[in-house]
Amino acid sequence: MLNNRNTPILFIFLGGLILLFIVAPLIGMFLATTPLQLFETTKDTEVIDSIWLTLRVSFLTTLFFAIGAIPLSYFLSRVNYKFKNIINGIVDLPVVIPHSAAGIAILGFISRDSVIGQMASSVGLNFVGHPIGIGLAMAFVSIPFLINAARDGFENVPVKLEKTALNLGASPIRVFFTISLPLAWKNILSGLIMMFARGLSEFGAVVIVAYHPMITPVLIFERFGSFGLKYARPVSVVFILVCLVFFVLLRTLAKEKKSTNA
Amino acid sequence: MLKLKDISVKLGDFELKEINLDLDKGDYYVLLGKSGVGKTVLLEIIAGLIKPNSGQIFLNSEDITHKKIQKRKIGIVFQDFSVFPHLNVKQNIEYPLKGKKLPKSEKNDLINKYAQLTKVSHLLNRGTQNLSGGELQRVALARMLVSKPECLLLDEPLASLDVQLKGGLRNLLREINKNGVTILHVTHDYEEAIALSNKVAVIHEGRIIQKGLTKEVFQKPANDFVANFTGIKNFFIADFTVDNTAKINDIIEIHVSNSDQLKKGKIIIRGEEIILSNKKVDSSATNNFEGIIMQIIPYLNNHEVIVNIGIDLIVVISEESLLKFKFEKYSQVWVSFKSTAIKIIP
Repeated sequence: MLNNRNTPILFIFLGGLILLFIVAPLIGMFLATTPLQLFETTKDTEVIDSIWLTLRVSFLTTLFFAIGAIPLSYFLSRVNYKFKNIINGIVDLPVVIPHSAAGIAILGFISRDSVIGQMASSVGLNFVGHPIGIGLAMAFVSIPFLINAARDGFENVPVKLEKTALNLGASPIRVFFTISLPLAWKNILSGLIMMFARGLSEFGAVVIVAYHPMITPVLIFERFGSFGLKYARPVSVVFILVCLVFFVLLRTLAKEKKSTNA
Repeated sequence: MLKLKDISVKLGDFELKEINLDLDKGDYYVLLGKSGVGKTVLLEIIAGLIKPNSGQIFLNSEDITHKKIQKRKIGIVFQDFSVFPHLNVKQNIEYPLKGKKLPKSEKNDLINKYAQLTKVSHLLNRGTQNLSGGELQRVALARMLVSKPECLLLDEPLASLDVQLKGGLRNLLREINKNGVTILHVTHDYEEAIALSNKVAVIHEGRIIQKGLTKEVFQKPANDFVANFTGIKNFFIADFTVDNTAKINDIIEIHVSNSDQLKKGKIIIRGEEIILSNKKVDSSATNNFEGIIMQIIPYLNNHEVIVNIGIDLIVVISEESLLKFKFEKYSQVWVSFKSTAIKIIP
């Protein structure tokens, strides 16, 4: 197959089409936005507030849910039993269900009629239309990225290293923090970045749980619905740029950490 | 000191059955067996990493079968060394001390002491990624020793090292043992057992089929398997002189090829490489001795003839040779072997 000279060209052509499919609409959107429009958008407080809200909620949600997701990933990587595949399936469930349906499910879970909603109400909180509600919706759809990446990371840590640490007198919890976690950190960090990025871009689930306060994807939708493509485009471009900056920054930091460790 | 009583475990198709071992303080005990017979599993059971289905483990008369791994005071060094790749050499050696409430100076003294013993002092600030197998093994040993285990379990510690490194590491293991650490060492290599141990157990198909003093096990194998597995019949402790002579038990001197200029060591003469004859033969063999046949032991495919030449030598000959030369008990014979047929184990 490799001897056939036409094959690589065909591959390059087909691959190029796919890349073009991803890049062309984005480039088109950038080209259709004038510098003046961009400049004015960056001065629009509604846009800036929504971007900060989106970044802040996604970041805090990622950190908060990591506290439970990382131990779960470790558990899934180390324990062998017959229901393991079922749990892995449950973890992947948010990826395959429609996000609007996920939003409905979350809304039912946290609305004032639910037990959790009533408990929150008793302390004067209403998750619906609240950043916490937004965070829950973001977490629901983005947490599989963290759990799967962290589980892969832990699976790559040789069990023998953990056994050795135990044998050297370390408690299981110390083994986790000094051996398993540092050795799986690269994957975990990658999972955290992916979860954060996925949270930033979530629309379907969030819009059902909290139209207000408005995260940027909801704001883009609102601008499009109310004023049309021309007004939605600059917000989209600014938000994509912000997401890209954060994504590249975090990836670079992760890579630097990796090379420092090496 | 360390006692295993009827330890049994079944893991899938693999099984260990009623393992009994008794190590005294200061023993260098070698567990000898082919790959895949469960030697490593047994070590992991002793260390507490695998639970046995039945049986008990005692350390200094205390039943530690269900004791926590980290409280057992039994150290294990795995075949792949398991040096933590994200920590440097010093941090690796320091690892067992981290949880202990010791002054920093005391911790540093301990690290330096064992780094010196294992000859890794110059590597302390190095990462572990580019260390050689021998260096990793030494780091793993230093790390284990700072935790001051009462008993050290070694899983094929020399298997992945080249010949040059093996000698140095053997000396280190001897030194560790001399410092009072009881060692249980598992290997498939009978040379390691001869070189290091004072006691040996042979494990086969999940059972210990022979155990005892090293010399007894090698010289009086309990059955064909042990005889074939240990593969040697004649081994002696010898003092070497500068003129390539080895003196055995101050009784007999044989000519050896001692290129390493050792002063003392163990030698092996394979029974298959000794020629037995009724009269002295003229050949290139530099070792020719007259002796008396003390015993002839028939085996499935050959015979072992024990010839006393001042020391007992076991000579392996075929049924055909035995009949042709009419060797009999108490008959006068000559044995001859080349100096190159003698293997020296430092």
